[in-house]
Amino acid sequence: MAEPVGFYTDTTVCIGCKACQVACHQWNDLPAGHGPPEDSPAGMRQTHESDLPRLSGNSYDNTGSFSDVNWRHVKFIEQFSADADRSEAAWLMMSDVCKHCASAPCLDVCPTGAIIRTEFDTVYIQEPACNGCRDCVSACPFGVIHMSERTGIAQKCTFCYDRLQQGLAPACAQACPTQSIRFGPLVELKKEAQVRLAQLHRQGLARAHLYGADDQILGGLNSFYLLVDKPEVYGLPSNPKVPSKSVVASTFWSIFTGLLVALGLLFQFRERTAVPPAEPPPPKEPRP
Amino acid sequence: MPGLGTSFGRGGATTFAMDMQHADCILIMGSNMAECHPVAFRWVMQAKTRAADPAALIHVDPRFTRTSAMADIYAPLRAGSDIVFLGALIRHVLEQHAPIFAKAERDLTARERFFRDYLVHYTNAATLIADDFQDTEELDGLFSGFDADKRKYDPTKWRYESEPPAEAPEEVTGEPGEGRPESFAARVAKLVGPRPTEDPSLEHPRCVFQILRQHYARYTPELVQQVCGTPPDTFLRVARTLVDNAGPDRTGAICYAVGWTQHTTGVQTIRAASILQLLLGNIGRAGGGILALRGHASIQGSTDIATLYNLHPGYLAAPSALAKHDTLVDYIDTETTPTSYWSNFPRFIVSQLKAWFGDDATTDNDYAYDYLPKSVGDHSHLPMFVAMHEGKIKGFFCIGQNPAVGGQNASFQREALARLDWLVVRDPYETETATFWKDSPEVNSGKLKTKDIDTEVFFLPAAAVPEMEGSFTNTQRLVQWHHKAADPPDDARSDIWFTVHLGRLLRERYAGSRLQRDRPIQALVWNYVDERANADWRIKDEPSAELILKEINGYEWTENKPLEGKPLASFGELADDGSTACGAWIYSGIFAPTAEHPGGHNHAANRSGDDWVALGWGFAWPANRRLMYNRASADLQGEPWPKEGRLAREHAQAGGPAMRGYVYWDAAAKRWSGLDVPDFVLTKPPTAKAQSDGVGLDYHSGTDPFIMKADGKGWLFVPQGLVDGPLPAHYEPYESPVRNAVYRQQTNPAALVWDIPGNAYAKVADPDYPHVLSTYRLTEHHTAGAMTRWLPWLAELQPELFCEMSPEHAQELGVENTGWVRIATPRGSIRARALVTGRIRPYRLKDRSVHHVGLPWHWGYKGVSTGDVANDLSALVGDPNVTIHEAKVFVCNVIKE
Repeated sequence: MAEPVGFYTDTTVCIGCKACQVACHQWNDLPAGHGPPEDSPAGMRQTHESDLPRLSGNSYDNTGSFSDVNWRHVKFIEQFSADADRSEAAWLMMSDVCKHCASAPCLDVCPTGAIIRTEFDTVYIQEPACNGCRDCVSACPFGVIHMSERTGIAQKCTFCYDRLQQGLAPACAQACPTQSIRFGPLVELKKEAQVRLAQLHRQGLARAHLYGADDQILGGLNSFYLLVDKPEVYGLPSNPKVPSKSVVASTFWSIFTGLLVALGLLFQFRERTAVPPAEPPPPKEPRP
Repeated sequence: MPGLGTSFGRGGATTFAMDMQHADCILIMGSNMAECHPVAFRWVMQAKTRAADPAALIHVDPRFTRTSAMADIYAPLRAGSDIVFLGALIRHVLEQHAPIFAKAERDLTARERFFRDYLVHYTNAATLIADDFQDTEELDGLFSGFDADKRKYDPTKWRYESEPPAEAPEEVTGEPGEGRPESFAARVAKLVGPRPTEDPSLEHPRCVFQILRQHYARYTPELVQQVCGTPPDTFLRVARTLVDNAGPDRTGAICYAVGWTQHTTGVQTIRAASILQLLLGNIGRAGGGILALRGHASIQGSTDIATLYNLHPGYLAAPSALAKHDTLVDYIDTETTPTSYWSNFPRFIVSQLKAWFGDDATTDNDYAYDYLPKSVGDHSHLPMFVAMHEGKIKGFFCIGQNPAVGGQNASFQREALARLDWLVVRDPYETETATFWKDSPEVNSGKLKTKDIDTEVFFLPAAAVPEMEGSFTNTQRLVQWHHKAADPPDDARSDIWFTVHLGRLLRERYAGSRLQRDRPIQALVWNYVDERANADWRIKDEPSAELILKEINGYEWTENKPLEGKPLASFGELADDGSTACGAWIYSGIFAPTAEHPGGHNHAANRSGDDWVALGWGFAWPANRRLMYNRASADLQGEPWPKEGRLAREHAQAGGPAMRGYVYWDAAAKRWSGLDVPDFVLTKPPTAKAQSDGVGLDYHSGTDPFIMKADGKGWLFVPQGLVDGPLPAHYEPYESPVRNAVYRQQTNPAALVWDIPGNAYAKVADPDYPHVLSTYRLTEHHTAGAMTRWLPWLAELQPELFCEMSPEHAQELGVENTGWVRIATPRGSIRARALVTGRIRPYRLKDRSVHHVGLPWHWGYKGVSTGDVANDLSALVGDPNVTIHEAKVFVCNVIKE
């Protein structure tokens, strides 16, 4: 196996230029989006005559969230006090992406084994093996995965697996003009991040901290962040829930239900003369 | 670029982006560098995140932008008040410096000695100004020499005082045939005038240092608060940070862009920054300088190889009927500065005439000087469109420009297009300029009717950059070659193809003419197609960009063999006798021969980089110098200043070449040496004395770093070269919500104004237009949008036009975020969605509060993402030096839709 690689994103030098978003579109041959997808927290899609999103009004973020075609998403957080001199004035920017978690919930719940851990220690969806069940969509605590409207297959950052195989940096990191998105061996990145963190602490920025650099969050994030405010401010969960933790229980219930069904069928076979049920099965619950 | 040109000698950024990493302090003002120059900004961030001793980053701007978000200090200032802010910084530094000159030599600290030496020897602080000069202090906002009727100054009222009385120059009228080589040199020698008087103690009341002190005395922090709306403690933090990071062991840089230029006081604002950097000892220093950020990929190139009406390539004045340019000799007498490197002017112009007119350019006909047309007025963009509007211009080539969106008072400019007989638009996309006749707002409103527009419009598809060979000259004068990756599709062709073949067709048409007036077009050197270079491409008649580069570089002229001679190694080889041809002297060396390529090597295509000076990457004019005026990176004796010494040591430790400084005098080798190409006579020792009758650089001493200036000094005070004053003074923008609090004179007295129908202006403090408006750009789009609004990947990132306004302003108007507003000026009105944000703030001035709104100007009526044209609101009004418009500040009204 190759050396584990990752992204270290220093949000203090992110200038919100979105070159990463465009580079991601270009390398992965993704079409432009239409604004926040219907199933995102940012709300319903707002259709424009030209099929572009409407102006969101949310700072300079007009793509709103991850989507099936936006695998990177630059967030803008305006922190301005209402007084005339704006005694508090900060504009935080952060390029968000799949975290490629060490204990990746999406990988855990994928029933077909389509989601794998690559030789670079990244999390990758093998499209031909995806059956479109959407389990990974609800498993991801970061809202990263979305279903392709065209193919019905789960979509997310591939960590430019094809580029890694050729020894190239991912397109986003390559395009980042200020080296906010740093790519490299995870061990090296963590060292760099500690140096930068210590510098910021020396400069009096006590709130600066690393998110996902240790194993506290989902066993560690291969895409980890230097933040200067609480994770929630950036739309990141402080302590993400791990749906896979309930896998044991749900497995138990699945087996139990299966047994019940088997038992029922057994009775049905016994009553060979019985007619089939007249009622159609109830419709599936819409997914969240 | 007269702001930098008159201050330092050359109209280009004094430094380069990579050098920003070594700055101890970076002031970004008049620029939203993070958004508009994100790649160059990389080096700013490297300085800020440097492990040891990180740099302080300061942003001064009316809006809190993505640049402000990265800054250690953000200072808000009302748009158009920059000279007050900079003037107050100048005053702050002058007051810090003044005690140095009262001290005895032995009492000076190393830091004080640095400032004394830099000011006295590297600037014109000690030079006396003639006693008929009067400052704005005496004339309440005007300098001496103003003619109120003509709205023009007589700049001779700002001249240096000279040692001996000036002798009347010998009157010689130029006759054709007089331009023999020996007479050019002799003529230039005769032009050397008397030496200016100096007072090295800086005590004389008429020395530049004391004039500056008087001029800026009223620019106090309190004035900054009243006029700029900047809190005084924020201003003082900026001032102290700049001073603390200047001296022999620290340097600071200034970055600016069109936030400074696009004002009726644009040139003077840049002058103010130049004064500040000279006073802080930051010019010619590593980690210092002024980085002029250009708006397009090759905008620097388009003034170097000029597309401007008044300049030839290489900053040679275009002959004008309004100047004494009647003959070549007159022209040379008028344009030559005999006591600087410009003393070589005859070589530059003669070689250029030879490059253009080849064998027709001979000694006997003044090198075909008379073939050149002479301009008869200001033909820059704004006056050109006014003339077009008046029906005086019949045809127009529009290449690489979209004036229907990007032009000021764009509605006026579209109406002007409708009065042309013909219009050629070349662009990869069908832009608003190409379709103004069918879908402009004027056609939609019925003001113009398509059937009444007689303009015949030709839309020609243009190739994109990867589909042609050529070069970009970027913000730091660095020329980088780009290779052709694919043929352009269908009929799309490169701009070079269009120009060369248009010229070819015209030459064919005039081939049989015997009229003298047609001779220039017949004589042109025009054989640029190199069919061998096109063997592997579909397009076989593409001209060779490298052949054009060779002409720009210069080559030895061989009779009857244009473009075939040996390329020149540098402009040092240029001759004034017709034996060399050179298209643009400043680029000479870009196609210099090497051992492997005796027929010339394209140095712009060099790709051997390092992480700092990188002389092996591309080619920077002049002579591949990266940091100009770098003689000033060493002290009077030629020893590196401590900062440069430390940087050189660290660079050597990291694997760089073993040098003692950035540029320094190597006494053993008896020459200047260093990491960069020295910007000085290579073998002239620091101890060299100035020769008062010396021609060219002999006139300068070994401690005069500004080799393009007549006295070798950086100019704090500009005695000649500007039309609106020798020192920057604050005038309100042409449209302003307030009266000038600094002087009685409200606006730049020499501002260019077009008081014509269709271009109405708001009154001063006009109650109908109470708010300040700035137009600007976003990272996500490029200028008038032709390269981005058609591209969904970029259009989705900023899909709609918006108007940024403060929450306070939105509340007053009852406007909600993303709600529609209408913005109106005396020229027009447009709709936009409101983007309500705390990043915008109202400005509390002396006696009132002013709202500021911002509009990106990328949108138009074509493309994937469309919106109203923000430039429909702006005015035709110009800076008197360069006729740049004032889109960065005018007044408007905003109402809820």
